Amino acid sequence: MYVVDESAKPTKMRWGELDEEDGEALDFLLPPKQVIGPDENGIKKETEYKFNDDGNKVKITTTTRVRKLANARLSKRAVERRNWSKFGDAIHEDVGSRLTMVSTEEILLERPRAHGAKAEETKIAGDNLAQLGKGGAVLMVCRTCGKKGDHWTSRCPYKDLAQPPETFIDKPAATETAMAASGATKGAYVPPSMREGAERIGGSDMRRRNDENSVRVTNLSEDTREPDLLELFRTFGSVSRVYVAIDQKTGVSRGFGFVNFVNKEDAERAINKLNGYGYDNLILRVEWATPRSN
Amino acid sequence: MRPILMKGHERPLTFLKYNREGDLLVSCAKDHNPTVWFADDGERLGTYRGHNGAVWCCDVSRDSMLLITASADQSVKLWNVQTGAQLYTFSFNSPARSVDFSVDDKLAVITTDPFMGVTSAINVKSIADDPSQQSGESVLTITGPTGRINRAVWGPLNKTIISAGEDSVIRIWDSETGKLLKESNQEVGHKKQITSLTKSADGSHFLTGSLDKSAKLWDTRTLTLIKTYATECPVNAVAMSPLLDHVVLGGGQDASSVTTTDHRAGKFEAKFYNKVLQEEIGGVKGHFGPINALAFNPDGKSFSSGGEDGYVRLHHFDSDYFSIKI
Repeated sequence: MYVVDESAKPTKMRWGELDEEDGEALDFLLPPKQVIGPDENGIKKETEYKFNDDGNKVKITTTTRVRKLANARLSKRAVERRNWSKFGDAIHEDVGSRLTMVSTEEILLERPRAHGAKAEETKIAGDNLAQLGKGGAVLMVCRTCGKKGDHWTSRCPYKDLAQPPETFIDKPAATETAMAASGATKGAYVPPSMREGAERIGGSDMRRRNDENSVRVTNLSEDTREPDLLELFRTFGSVSRVYVAIDQKTGVSRGFGFVNFVNKEDAERAINKLNGYGYDNLILRVEWATPRSN
Repeated sequence: MRPILMKGHERPLTFLKYNREGDLLVSCAKDHNPTVWFADDGERLGTYRGHNGAVWCCDVSRDSMLLITASADQSVKLWNVQTGAQLYTFSFNSPARSVDFSVDDKLAVITTDPFMGVTSAINVKSIADDPSQQSGESVLTITGPTGRINRAVWGPLNKTIISAGEDSVIRIWDSETGKLLKESNQEVGHKKQITSLTKSADGSHFLTGSLDKSAKLWDTRTLTLIKTYATECPVNAVAMSPLLDHVVLGGGQDASSVTTTDHRAGKFEAKFYNKVLQEEIGGVKGHFGPINALAFNPDGKSFSSGGEDGYVRLHHFDSDYFSIKI
């Protein structure tokens, strides 16, 4: 933690007598440097005074946290060396120099991920979610999109989807069967569109038309995901589905995805506006998705 | 772990060296002034002013009193570690690339680059106890390899000199006569220039890193290939842990040859491998440019890396590093 507090205070001398160059010679006017040693949290405050270039008295407060990073057992010679005086460019080392800093990020020795591990994880998550039937569990489960741990239902970014897709994990087959099962179990929540008596025929029509309003987005950056695409495209109209192709082995995006709009006009506007749009350092290519042969 | 960032150099780092007791770290960079830091908290102790060119390599004597640095300004300088005073300058006809003190600090092996008609050479100079008695004469000069010799170190008991360089061949020379004793096998050896070489703590084996994206472990006596470690980036620096069976490789492509869509900030990493199994254990990210220098503290509990970005990052290992199982 490093806090610099600069407050310029005019000197008490008559400024008419004060020459610009004499500024540095007036060091005796400065209060001495104060060090409030490390307290129980290890916070150390050093207050230094000096004259800045304009001749104003300036107070610099440096707040540092002294943390013990490691146990260094030094030999006697090493302890002597600790007290050597500085030389070379280090002679004028003052409190404000920021040459040596502890990183603010925690860096880990990242173990390389085993290939199987990641795919396993996501599959299990998908099944668990469907089992829960999207009731409130200890985890933050959203009823609309089923993304666990992300947000509650009222704060779902996919609130406005006409047909809530069950999950965004790439195991649609698994979740569909699970859904049917949980629909049958009592007490499990089933969204209105999936209940019996819902407009099924209209649903499939809507879905088909949605596929014709499908927009393909290519040249996505590696860490673009569905929520990013949704945010980008929702301004053009209601989005029914977003999908980003992910490489299962590495977890990075394969660079392309699909966005389904409810209305064709929205899709058209999106294409016109976003094709060639710069997003995350890449130029997006947005076009109609070629109709899949059924 | 929380690495300590030390930004003392304005230009890319070239070499890092801990003193024998592990409390001082000397960093060399292209900015002419080697710097010495305290190895526990990264506080800067001082800089050695005097060179007029990039400093490629350095070594510290066993008692941490003497520092020797090799520079592109065609000189090798001896310094008093404590005061920063220059003690002696050896002059050459071409840029000096690598230095290494012998076990007793009485001799130093220095390599010079090929330059304007002068071929690359390995020079052995004797180091006097009293700097005022120091003479600039070479005890031995070896020529022969074509191309730059990137690193030359003393073999066990100062009997041999091991050199590696641009022609990707490792050579072992007799340190008294200068005769070539062994050359590494071309088929199993590196395919591109060898950028770095480091010895094990006991000197029985050494590790070389090369631009052919691999590092190889060799036996010092017989120069047989023991292990190979493969990476995806050209290797600029190698280090071996004195405590555990780990080797660390650092490298990365030059900024000019990387497409902007691929690499992002902080993605250059120092890769840890299990020395025996040749498998990657993990990587430590953080540098903003290719890693050019790696060094392990002799106590094995911390290591530092220097990059093209001018930063030295000093890492003290967490306790779970010491219990890594494969």
